[in-house]
Amino acid sequence: MSNEVEEIVTHTIAVLVDNESGVLARVIGLFSGRGYNIESLTVAEVDPAEKLSRITLVTSGTPMVIEQIKAQLGRLVPVHKVRDLTVDGPSVSRELALVKVVGSGEKRVESLRIADIFRANVVDSTNESFVFEIVGKTDKLDAFIALMEPLGLVDVSRTGVAAIARGTGSI
Amino acid sequence: MSMDRMNGAQMVLKALAEQGVEVIFGYPGGAVLPIYDAIFQQNQIKHVLVRHEQAAVHAAEGYARSTGKVGCVLVTSGPGATNAVTGLLDAMMDSIPIVCLTGQVPTHLIGNDAFQEADTTGITRPCTKHNYLVKKTDDLGRVMHEAFHVARSGRPGPVVVDLPKDVLMKEGEYTPAARVKHKTYKPQVKADRAALEEALDLIANAKKPIFYTGGGVVNSGPAACQLLTQLVRMTGYPITQTLMGLGAYPASDPQHLGMLGMHGTYEANWAMHDCDVMICIGARFDDRVTGRLDAFSPGSKKIQIDIDPSSINKNVRVDVPVVGDVAHALEDLIKLYKARQIRPDASALKDWWTQIEEWRAVDCLKFNQDGKIIKPQYAIQRLYELTKGRETYITTEVGQHQMWAAQHYKFERPNQWMTSGGLGTMGYGFPAAIGVQMAHPDALVVDVSGEASFMMNMQELGTAIQYRLPVKVFILNNQYMGMVRQWQELLHGGRYSESYSEALPDFVKLAEAFGAHGIVADDAATLDEQIKEMIEIDKPVIFDCRVDASENCFPMIPSGAPHNQILLGPPGEDNDAIGDEGKVLV
Repeated sequence: MSNEVEEIVTHTIAVLVDNESGVLARVIGLFSGRGYNIESLTVAEVDPAEKLSRITLVTSGTPMVIEQIKAQLGRLVPVHKVRDLTVDGPSVSRELALVKVVGSGEKRVESLRIADIFRANVVDSTNESFVFEIVGKTDKLDAFIALMEPLGLVDVSRTGVAAIARGTGSI
Repeated sequence: MSMDRMNGAQMVLKALAEQGVEVIFGYPGGAVLPIYDAIFQQNQIKHVLVRHEQAAVHAAEGYARSTGKVGCVLVTSGPGATNAVTGLLDAMMDSIPIVCLTGQVPTHLIGNDAFQEADTTGITRPCTKHNYLVKKTDDLGRVMHEAFHVARSGRPGPVVVDLPKDVLMKEGEYTPAARVKHKTYKPQVKADRAALEEALDLIANAKKPIFYTGGGVVNSGPAACQLLTQLVRMTGYPITQTLMGLGAYPASDPQHLGMLGMHGTYEANWAMHDCDVMICIGARFDDRVTGRLDAFSPGSKKIQIDIDPSSINKNVRVDVPVVGDVAHALEDLIKLYKARQIRPDASALKDWWTQIEEWRAVDCLKFNQDGKIIKPQYAIQRLYELTKGRETYITTEVGQHQMWAAQHYKFERPNQWMTSGGLGTMGYGFPAAIGVQMAHPDALVVDVSGEASFMMNMQELGTAIQYRLPVKVFILNNQYMGMVRQWQELLHGGRYSESYSEALPDFVKLAEAFGAHGIVADDAATLDEQIKEMIEIDKPVIFDCRVDASENCFPMIPSGAPHNQILLGPPGEDNDAIGDEGKVLV
């Protein structure tokens, strides 16, 4: 019965859409209008010839809500395909962050050392600051940013998650 | 010059004609003047001038719902478009196919806060099935045909096409309908065979089954309604219909338990609560139907047939989901039912019907018409008896009168009943009746109304007079916003805050001012005669039926309560029918 407390699960969903004006507003409006969560959303054109964009969404909710989200996305007119990467077999997901750390002395050295461990690159440097570029899963980025916090973290820019199924299949 | 070169406004008219549009409901303004000029220069499509854009959409809804065709609307930019929004959401909630053309400021002014500019696609995005902003005249033909395809296919709904004035005035190449194929929008029509087999397993072994059917059956078409009737009769199972579904299955049939839900019948709601197999067809487990969700039909296995996958497992978890068009699914289901030579469990079914007859014997819709004062239920009952023999269409506004109409008017066929179910829009019924009458000029069209609802769109009397549409407005006048008052009685200690209809007009004089006919009825003894007079008069009639002001609408499932806590009359002093949880619900 529905009064059982259902667990909250996180799913990564890939959506192939026509790259036309308003399509992102439709997707975002669906989430805000129906009270669904968006934890991450990335979008870019992936097929210029066919004018298709791919949206990668990370969302959380009860399994029933996740089903609803997929069904609601599927009935938007410019949506070609909806694929739940969390349940449709294994997938890879990556996110990129640019992380600015300002500091001097031991803290500055320590930030470089940690960046090395995380295989982050320095993409900009001044006498008092670094901008690190780091790529990985969301939790790796979270961990890196947490470690930078006491070392002079001043600014973070993250791309949100891009994800794709493993193996030979395509969306 | 190619045959297919023309300006945007001519393309609009050409596309409408290609789509078989006969009537368009609209109101002119600066941004749509080119279309109005094109309308002036042709005779194929009739334009009906409404008095407010909201009414244009409701009229198109009435037209669509009573014919099964797409309803068509034309309004100007800015306020024209924003006035249409309520109608668009109404059509969205009730799955009514509408194409609404809105004017827009010229493309080079979009975003400049120009005169009568509104972000129409932005405003209408959540209240349409889809919308388009046409930026090039060459796209116009394709977009128009796509709009009709989207509006009528799958689960129907409203589509807005926003048309900047320069796009309407420029010349371009017209794309005929035959050359337009939609890239993505292809709803699943045919149901999955395995799902149907699974559904049949449940149907075949049911001991206490019930069909629960809704507006999706009506939308699927007359064939779907016939197939539903065939299947229900083959099984011998009881059926209950939602507000939107009334008419798909004949109400007078003994297997019909009446409407279910908040003001549904005692037998329908109890049967829903106690059933072991629920066969939901084209209905969406709306909160008016389910009542308290965690106590909704606790012991049943549920089958749901719907063309919209997002309607399945939204509110209630079902055991067998079937995605597809109702008519297609029912046709296949009946074939399989025959092939498997299914015989329902006769003895279990007999016990089930015995139980249902006990509930039915409660006679939950009974009322006591005693003396001169007209009971509202009696008025509807007499309206039914005096109109059932002819082609009659009933529309309603929203409130007590709507529920009494649903309870006491027996709908025998589909597309005969037009009401605002999902959005609950007061002011829907009168313009909807105008749309119905446009489609069925010789039929009797009655808007069952309340005095408060009628005043929300009564300006349309002008439209009815102009086009000689003899619609009847049958007002159950109790001088209250009755449903508001009923809830104030149940929830707020009888403090009737702002729910009294103060300063009502003299409806007879109002009718006469427009050139219509007015009738006042305040005596049960002469009611029949006066209803007959209303029917016979060949012009619009306002029928001011003064009814018992204290009457409330029962049965009622109090908000937040399950089906088996249905009330047959007002709760007693110490009976706290609605808990705190229920009070926050609407």
